[in-house]
Amino acid sequence: MSHSDHHIERNSLAAKVEKEVEVKAQKCYQCGKCSAGCPVAEDMDFPPSMVLRMLQTELPANDEKILKSHSIWLCVTCEMCLSRCPMEIDIPSMMDFLRQKSRSEGKENPKAKNIIAFHKSFLKSIKNTGRLYELGLILDYKRQSLNMTQDMALGPKMLSRGKLHIFPEKIKDRAHIAKIFKKTSK
Amino acid sequence: MKIGIYPGCSLEGSARDYNQSVFELAKAFDIEPVQIPDWNCCGATAAHNLNKELSLALPARILALAEKHGLDEILVPCAACYSRLMVTQHELQKHPELKNRICEVLEMDYKGNSKIINVIEWIDKYIIPKLEEKVKKPFNYKVANYYGCLLVRPNKVLNYDRVEDPQTMDIVMNKIGATSIDFAYKTECCGAGLSISRTDIVSKLSGKIIEDAEHRGADAIIVACPMCHSNLDMRRADINKYWDKDFKIPVIFVTQAIGLAIGLTPEQVGFNRHFVDVKIS
Ligand code: SF4
Ligand code: SF4
Repeated sequence: MSHSDHHIERNSLAAKVEKEVEVKAQKCYQCGKCSAGCPVAEDMDFPPSMVLRMLQTELPANDEKILKSHSIWLCVTCEMCLSRCPMEIDIPSMMDFLRQKSRSEGKENPKAKNIIAFHKSFLKSIKNTGRLYELGLILDYKRQSLNMTQDMALGPKMLSRGKLHIFPEKIKDRAHIAKIFKKTSK
Repeated sequence: MKIGIYPGCSLEGSARDYNQSVFELAKAFDIEPVQIPDWNCCGATAAHNLNKELSLALPARILALAEKHGLDEILVPCAACYSRLMVTQHELQKHPELKNRICEVLEMDYKGNSKIINVIEWIDKYIIPKLEEKVKKPFNYKVANYYGCLLVRPNKVLNYDRVEDPQTMDIVMNKIGATSIDFAYKTECCGAGLSISRTDIVSKLSGKIIEDAEHRGADAIIVACPMCHSNLDMRRADINKYWDKDFKIPVIFVTQAIGLAIGLTPEQVGFNRHFVDVKIS
């Protein structure tokens, strides 16, 4: 994927980002536009431009902080940063990569527990039926997050407006979906 | 006339009002949307957050099925699904080796030639040309057109409209008699998929959008995405609590507004399914 591996082999997170998602952190000149426009920056431990600065240092301690950060899980892929970055640095794709890396190394930030639980419940629903089963998703998420009382009022209101199926919609070729999940799981 | 349609999961569930208005509108304009047979979920935010290959394989299955059934133009009313399908088509086109790998996962052929269109493009192409003769009740309201993220970004991939100040929805709304107002939050994010896991963040971000629209005197916020709709409408009670306000502005799908203008009833377009009362009829 990357064509720039002629220099000494680097083992930093920045090098991996470069290889896997073709994002060169070194190109960032810290103008701060990404952080200024990021809707969740104020809730993050490190705003996006700071993540890039930390990557640039190529210090193991900083790499570790990034993979353990709350920021990577709060990013909602709104793509505002990419659309404004003068260097066209694809931060959203980089965030996707960092989340997956954080998970494969078991470094998920504890504060992101519910966000991750939600994504997992979502995928579980697709894996079982091929489609999203909203009621099942909510119940499974509640079990995982142990947040049983949240949204108690929402469910009945959705039901009365015909916005919630009691039973899942299943696609016919569920075996195909199961196979896709199996082949793409690492 | 027939056109392929990928409704996506939310249109069959929490966004049934949107689904209803899309199909009613199609009927009124003699368009027959044909669902992609045995379509699956696109994977949404969860797949691309957790597993890149899966996030490409799920949309690719949908596109491969469309190809198999000869549906070469696909309407995708959900802006989030639209974005996932467009990004997948783009990625696989750009990286042939990735495309081979995904075909191998799917055990299906995939060429990637289908034309994927969002709801505004669909309206522009098939509804607008015949709209004038059909408008019975001009939609005489001031509206804040909210595009959100996924209709306009990433602009390099979607190549759809001006990224910071898009106009397409404004033009469509003006055509049915509305006055599209200037609005600072046109493309700001509503908090997207954090609605259940971080309701506080969604309340904060969605509240800012609503406040600006109300402050500028809009009668309604117009959307073209079920996720934006559920954050701004279904989450209204949380938003009002978070901001300690009593925001009352309704959130309407662009297809619902057009439906009313051509004489459909509020029930036909699904207003009875909204959480925030719509006093517009
Ligand atoms: S906008 Fe781009 S160049 Fe500016 S700080 Fe962010 S990543 Fe760096
Ligand atoms: S894509 Fe993520 S990092 Fe970029 S602006 Fe949006 S939330 Fe912030």
